[in-house]
Amino acid sequence: MTPVVHRVVARTRETDDVVTLCLEPVDGPRMDFLPGQFNMLSAFGVGEVAISLSGAPRDVGPLRHSVRDVGAVSRALCQIEVGGVVGVRGPFGTDWRVTPREETRSVDHRDTVVVAGGIGLAPLRGAVCELVATLPEGGGRVFVLVGAREPSQIVFGEDLAAWARAGATVLVSVDRPSSLWHGHVGLVTTLLADAGFNPANTRALLCGPEIMMRFTARALVDMGVNPLAVLVSLERNMQCGLGWCGHCQLGSLLLCRDGPVVPYAGIVSGLMNERER
Amino acid sequence: MGTERATRGTVRPGDVAVLDANGLDALIRRLRELGFETKGPVVRDGAIMPGPISGASDLPVGVADEQGPGRYRLSAAPHSRFFDWAVGPGSWKAEFFPAVQELWRANVDGASVALMEPILDAPPLAIVGMRPCEVASLAVLDRVLMEGSYRDPRYAQRREGTFVAVVECASPAATCFCASMASGPSVDVGFDLALTELDDERGHRFVARAGTESGAELLSSIDHGSASTEDLNAREQVLVAARARMGRELDTEGLAGLLARNIDHPQWAEVGDRCLSCANCTLVCPTCFCSDVRDSSELDGTIVRRRAWSSCFDLEHSYLHGGAVRTSTSSRYRQWMTHKLSTWWDQFDTTGCVGCGRCIAWCPVGIDITEEAAAIARSDTGLASRVELRGVTS
Amino acid sequence: MITSLAQIVRQHPFTVGLDDEYVALIEGCAHNVAFAPGDLLCREGESADTFYLLRRGHASIQVHAPGRAPIVIETVGPGSVVGWSWLVAPYRWTFDAQAKEPVGAVAVDGACLRQKTLVDPALGYALLSRVTAELLARLQATRMRLLDLYGGPGEH
Repeated sequence: MTPVVHRVVARTRETDDVVTLCLEPVDGPRMDFLPGQFNMLSAFGVGEVAISLSGAPRDVGPLRHSVRDVGAVSRALCQIEVGGVVGVRGPFGTDWRVTPREETRSVDHRDTVVVAGGIGLAPLRGAVCELVATLPEGGGRVFVLVGAREPSQIVFGEDLAAWARAGATVLVSVDRPSSLWHGHVGLVTTLLADAGFNPANTRALLCGPEIMMRFTARALVDMGVNPLAVLVSLERNMQCGLGWCGHCQLGSLLLCRDGPVVPYAGIVSGLMNERER
Repeated sequence: MGTERATRGTVRPGDVAVLDANGLDALIRRLRELGFETKGPVVRDGAIMPGPISGASDLPVGVADEQGPGRYRLSAAPHSRFFDWAVGPGSWKAEFFPAVQELWRANVDGASVALMEPILDAPPLAIVGMRPCEVASLAVLDRVLMEGSYRDPRYAQRREGTFVAVVECASPAATCFCASMASGPSVDVGFDLALTELDDERGHRFVARAGTESGAELLSSIDHGSASTEDLNAREQVLVAARARMGRELDTEGLAGLLARNIDHPQWAEVGDRCLSCANCTLVCPTCFCSDVRDSSELDGTIVRRRAWSSCFDLEHSYLHGGAVRTSTSSRYRQWMTHKLSTWWDQFDTTGCVGCGRCIAWCPVGIDITEEAAAIARSDTGLASRVELRGVTS
Repeated sequence: MITSLAQIVRQHPFTVGLDDEYVALIEGCAHNVAFAPGDLLCREGESADTFYLLRRGHASIQVHAPGRAPIVIETVGPGSVVGWSWLVAPYRWTFDAQAKEPVGAVAVDGACLRQKTLVDPALGYALLSRVTAELLARLQATRMRLLDLYGGPGEH
């Protein structure tokens, strides 16, 4: 329950309200984690929030977290400069299940379609890095579909280019183009038809606003993707990460423990369609 | 008196002995001699509350209670029994999971941080006079705070060092329904010592069962007699009478599924109109575990992180950047009740309700969880397909 | 391999499930077209007697304005239908459609089809159902974009 003190070793401004912090423990080794998991990050004296890990486990080096300035704590985190300290607890929660398991080292040959909306690419970044890295070993094709409000809100542009060079199909769409934007304009789901994956042999990893995930998941299932192979990353208020504080309940799920990554099939599709008022 | 002359024979776990009224006092004093901080039910602020005790006379002797929806009164009783009442608003939860608890403090000096956790050095605790429903509620909390993927060291340390002497219930209140929840009025597990208060023609005395080695050793060290067949029969009669006096019942057969498939039942709006969203039910509940984690800065610059009880009836409880997920009272009541009786099973493989009835007595408008469940059962509007969705996980 | 116009029309999602007789009718009103990047498939304000079944390449649905680049509303690609103004009076294009890259399409004479629906309401229904499906998908996507899903919490 007590954070491990980490130092900010690099800081990148991704958009006007998103900052990526690279963190190294002041003492001891870097934690192990799986893509999709999250940490509880403390801005000392302000508070603590859940932030997904956006690095790939295969990368050596600091932990990456991309923080969007949406509240007091996330704002404080966004303002910490290189050399500053952050408290870290974790990693917590479920992952995207893309890392080859130690026992088999088997490579997944399915097509993987990754659909990210806005900052939703952050929890998926590590998963895509893992998937792209297994392409030369015969891993399945990788399709990265990214939706953003406008071109200036697209995060990880260099990564998108690198993944495309490495053989992934990368498609980006914006809702509001600038005059300099020559790419696709439209809802992110309109990229699905163009992407070219084989729905019958596809798994999908979705992260973004819940409305976007709901509509994307339905569109994928309509195309013939198995709902059990559609994973979504859900978010609720999280204050402990340990399953103790009760805030992250979504029906029968404690999202810090049973999530954030859950299969869309079964109870989750129902829960995502419950009306809380 | 009718029992055998008191002796100090050796007692083993599972043995049954008899204590007279003085034996109860001896038991508390012996626990103090052994270094325990002794606590039990005491009368405070017009209610029976957890508190420090140094002998049997600190217990609520000759006190009776009257409870109903939105109602709780103590009165003098024409007898000198110690435990002739049902649970009051304060549960023993707070001893293990305090309402406010410091997690750590930090001194930040430039870019270096020194973190300190509180030292857990409280003396071991002995509770005399816990009720069976409270033993059950602690077992529920154990599932959450001790037996999941992560173990709360503060809770676990306090819990594991605590001596529990439970007293079976002879006088359930009108709000009680532990018999429906299989958590009372008798108790079978979760104690060092289980007492049953008897007050009949054979005298005022306690049947005492040793549940653990520590319970057996304690009994061995104080004057006691062996329990006669009459004593054991008298205990059975007390429990049979208590079950018959149970003021309320809850039909738990298929209840979790019933609530899960009635998420859109009109009863939620109906109860939402009456509910004040005051959070009293969650504060008196012995299993509610929700907490907020908050940081604050002391005047000297020290940063302190504390955990404090919170309630799903608070608007902020479901806050997600931008706003709360559950903005209406009906959705918050639904969250609370479906959690207690339905999703708790999915999350922790146990009920979240032990039938203590506190939420009924301490609700300012007298909302009754058993009546709300019954109202939904009377007009089950849910689709069968919703049931099938339950339990389908990764 | 040369693909016949009939095959092209038959393979386009727009005609999936359509009676052979009607596919033949559409084919009779259709011809292959190719657009170079920058070409306009249709022009706002002009009379709309044609619609396009896109086969390859992407086009932008856009509006022109003086002193600035065209404002792109939506990108459409292979499998889409461009143009539905031919169905409803006053039969006039509301937006420009411009090829972003080499675009291959089947141009269908909507005015000709309109005449045929007057004597064959079943054909009218079949065409309208297919255009409606395209309309619905685009309207739904437009509504979703109106929500400004990725907007910050403080902006709602």
